[in-house]
Amino acid sequence: MSSESPIVYQLGHLPIKDHVFSPDRGLLAITKDNEVEVYQVSSNLSVRPKLFTTLKGHDKTVTSVDISPDGTRILTCSQDRNALVWEFDGQDYKPTLVLLRINRAATVCKWSPNGQKFAVGSSDRVIAICYYEAENDWWVSKHLKKPLKSTITSLSWHPNNVLIASGSTDGHVRVFSSFIKGIDEKPEPTVWGSKLPFQTLCGDFINETGAWIHDVSFSPDGDSLGFVSHDSTIGIIYPEGEGLPPKSIINVKTEYLPFKSFVFLTNNKLVVGGHNCNLIVFEGDESDWKESFKVESQKDLINDVPVHGNGDEDDEEISSHQALNMFKQMDLKGRVNKPTNGAGGSKALTTIHQNTIASIKLFSANKVSTSGIDGKVVIFTV
Amino acid sequence: MSQSLKPYLTAVRSSLTAAICVEDFSSQLVERHNRPEIEVDNTHNPELILNPMVIARNENEKILIEPSINSVRVSIKIKQADEIEQILVHKFTRFLTSRAENFFILRRVPIKGYDISFLITNFHTEQMLKDKLVDFIIEFMEDVDKEISEMKLFLNARARVIAEAYLTPFD
Repeated sequence: MSSESPIVYQLGHLPIKDHVFSPDRGLLAITKDNEVEVYQVSSNLSVRPKLFTTLKGHDKTVTSVDISPDGTRILTCSQDRNALVWEFDGQDYKPTLVLLRINRAATVCKWSPNGQKFAVGSSDRVIAICYYEAENDWWVSKHLKKPLKSTITSLSWHPNNVLIASGSTDGHVRVFSSFIKGIDEKPEPTVWGSKLPFQTLCGDFINETGAWIHDVSFSPDGDSLGFVSHDSTIGIIYPEGEGLPPKSIINVKTEYLPFKSFVFLTNNKLVVGGHNCNLIVFEGDESDWKESFKVESQKDLINDVPVHGNGDEDDEEISSHQALNMFKQMDLKGRVNKPTNGAGGSKALTTIHQNTIASIKLFSANKVSTSGIDGKVVIFTV
Repeated sequence: MSQSLKPYLTAVRSSLTAAICVEDFSSQLVERHNRPEIEVDNTHNPELILNPMVIARNENEKILIEPSINSVRVSIKIKQADEIEQILVHKFTRFLTSRAENFFILRRVPIKGYDISFLITNFHTEQMLKDKLVDFIIEFMEDVDKEISEMKLFLNARARVIAEAYLTPFD
């Protein structure tokens, strides 16, 4: 399906929970344990990115990283309840603490499309909408918390900078207004609503099985909203307008392991990835969405189990021999690190990512970048 | 491998593969804690626990899988047909659990009604490949039966030898 082969960067072996490329694709920031590593990416993508600097400031796992739309500021948030805005002063990045006023982990952070404010979701069941207060010279926040009852797992900004969608572990997808006087201009009415004071709940949708929502995203035109959840489904909501029930809610059931992340390529095409370590492209519109292809060919993990030599009666002799060997080894060394006999020993996944894909971002019109728990950042052509 | 073992292990393999889809999740109850949600009292946030499932081959052999958002607890009941097997299983699992730190995913105390429990958290799946973890548990289940029955045979053989040795003078 893809004409170009994917570009793989193996950046250590620690899990990369989130990654982001700067808008000009010159910088790559990845989370790595308590730190964020910033790489310089050459315009020739096949060259391995060079480590530029390491941002050290958090004392617990960094959960999310984002680069502002103008490419000058890096936003990070962590399980230590803080978010930091890093600004480049010519030599190094200097952190500014954000007054988040939350006392649980921060789970996700996103700059708004115009870069004037950002949102931080947390386990404290609030979304902090943060903006810069010039008179005090720091970032302050206002909280969205009304009907939120569980950890926020994902956030997505509407292109108009005011609406924000959130997904949480209680299976709800909600759309809020984050209108802040003095920062935002009055937005044009959209299908989500027209009067939008701060904390207006413009939509509240629950997934069919109430499964955890792993990712939400507005479509590029902002007129529909997609989400992926732990029951391996993809949902797309098409709202009718203010006060009306949605035109259609599509729920695509799949047979794969749950998806962790997805990104819209166009209004009618999206690519998902997650625990099955592969990317899958779906296409559709208001009436229906369908799987169109897998980005990598993949063998079935469960059904294609290699037979451990002792299945059939034919090789009974070999199997009892193997069993004896195994027993001897166990006797000598105990059970740990016992080499598996037969073909089952060196089974590896046929996909590039060998462990869960944690985040997917749009790289260019036909490319997406993914990062995984296996410490890889990969750029796929879809 | 007997007729009924294969479907049993296949069912366990697919259920484990689906259950071990865990992610990093910081506690929403206790500040700055990150704990396996399956192991703590979750009356405050029941949404983080999924339904437990039991796969049973027969009344003596079953496996309990309890998934949650960042951890999975797997408990196995090993076949015990008679008293000797009961003793052997008890000694064997005691041997393993007293060395639990070397096994990473082994839980020190099994769940009530089961012989051995594993606790797999997101930190384990980050360090180790998931299919290898599943393979390990399946292999453990395959081997443990074999091992127990072999130990029983050894024990009987040894008892026979000893009995013969003691009883020969009185021939």
